[in-house]
Amino acid sequence: MGGLSANTDLLRKILVGFVKDEVHKVGVQKAVLGLSGGIDSALVVFIAAEALGPENVHAICMPYKSSNPESETHARLVAQACGVNFSVVPITPMVDSYFDMFPEANNMRRGNKMARERMTILFDHSALLSALVLGTSNKTELLLGYGTLYGDMASALNPIGDLYKSQVWQLSEAMGVPKEVIEKNPSADLWAGQTDEEELGFSYRQVDELLYRMVDQRKITEELLAEGLEVDFVDDIYKKVQNSHFKRRLPVIAKVSNRTIDRDFRYSRDWGK
Amino acid sequence: MTGISVTLAQLKPKLGCVAENLVLIEERIKKAAADKVDLIVFPELAVTGYFLKDLVPEVALRIDSSEITHLKELSRQISIAIGLVEVTDDYRFYNTALYLEDGEIRHLHRKVYLPTYGLFDEQRYLARGERFRAFDTKFGRMGLLICEDMWHLSSSYILAMDGASILICLSSSPGRGIEGEILGSARAWQQLTSTTAMFLNCRVLYCNRVGYEDGVNFWGGSEYIAPSGESVIRGKILEEDSVRATLDEGALRRERIFFPMLRDENLFVTMQELRRIESKRGQ
Repeated sequence: MGGLSANTDLLRKILVGFVKDEVHKVGVQKAVLGLSGGIDSALVVFIAAEALGPENVHAICMPYKSSNPESETHARLVAQACGVNFSVVPITPMVDSYFDMFPEANNMRRGNKMARERMTILFDHSALLSALVLGTSNKTELLLGYGTLYGDMASALNPIGDLYKSQVWQLSEAMGVPKEVIEKNPSADLWAGQTDEEELGFSYRQVDELLYRMVDQRKITEELLAEGLEVDFVDDIYKKVQNSHFKRRLPVIAKVSNRTIDRDFRYSRDWGK
Repeated sequence: MTGISVTLAQLKPKLGCVAENLVLIEERIKKAAADKVDLIVFPELAVTGYFLKDLVPEVALRIDSSEITHLKELSRQISIAIGLVEVTDDYRFYNTALYLEDGEIRHLHRKVYLPTYGLFDEQRYLARGERFRAFDTKFGRMGLLICEDMWHLSSSYILAMDGASILICLSSSPGRGIEGEILGSARAWQQLTSTTAMFLNCRVLYCNRVGYEDGVNFWGGSEYIAPSGESVIRGKILEEDSVRATLDEGALRRERIFFPMLRDENLFVTMQELRRIESKRGQ
């Protein structure tokens, strides 16, 4: 087994400590997050419950009318399993009233709008509850750009952004995320019957193996091919990582002064914390 | 001399908060002094936190500052090794470790090897130290190292050749590598400190901080390694701790009798060959 195999006890300790430390140091006790019914948000809510106490964690399920009803059932199951606060805020009225003005909108526009609608609900609850918004994007999605900028990619803290999907599965099992959620086919649930792997055209296990070698181990193409990976797959994934890089960066600022934010005005976010 | 009693103060500094950190530090010093500890060791940049970036000039202390004067005063009760940012008269900023004893600065070490790769960016913000010197204390001859310094074999070698039998390493080591039995960086450091102690027949005191800065964890695991390379005591991983060790002079004596590698080390051969290599590189 390669480097994708994680020591889950250690990982759990680091990530629980991360949420606890980074939430408390800003003077806040609570966290809020969207619970989709999928494995990534389920894992994050388990981590947050252990870090902050389940009473300090608010999970919100935000279904659209086309969402699979099973998703809400699973979200509820996960919230019950770890004992956090749970509520449902449907996004159908807001999303539909917008697209009444743009009825020709395709699935991508609709999916992005839904993701951003959910983001505004989470950040509103951040203010309402004095809670930090936890992100639930994993490293595989972040590297592939398989997420909506300022939508599901937006958060204050992300405990699992350095974990590949394969590692999310491992840690979820170790932390007791319900089996139904671990075993089901990953889906963004933007439209009926959608699955991530069908949309992406490869399996998470395949792409994690490649990304781990390409990104973490910095292997060059010749090495990857010698290890049996297909040249088209390697090229395709490299381009995906490159073309989605803008999603992983702050907006670009035109430099005119001597100290430009993030270029030569550099401070950690935990400045004074 | 019988045992030297040491506390490794595995604390969690707040980033850029000098006054608050000094309060935490003073609490630890007073507690250790009350417990009749001889020496308390703090991590690298314990006074300031680690990922300072543009904060470096704001948190830097002059050697004659009131803060350092106060720490010197505290060293009348207990010897102190501590890390901070130092600013000199010519406005250079150093990642510095002080050894304070009986109200005086017994030694000042400026980090020589400033890591500037991967997640590290020290050389962008800090000036580089240019010496490794052992120094005498009332507990014997010692050497100070700051984190990355120890990853260069020559640093510990020089200090041992200069007579140090205790190497103190102040560290802010970020934790990474989650595939093994223990954290990757902890494993690497444990191998390094153990091997260094064994090769040089020295005691190693390693003090690493804990806490998180911008998602980066510092893993702790401060430890005392005997001259045999054996880890005598090790602090908690990823949690604050206060590690109490007793350095047994007898263990050093026995180790140096059984394995007199340091006695047999041929400084003449080493220098001759290093000079040859140096002159060849200069050509």
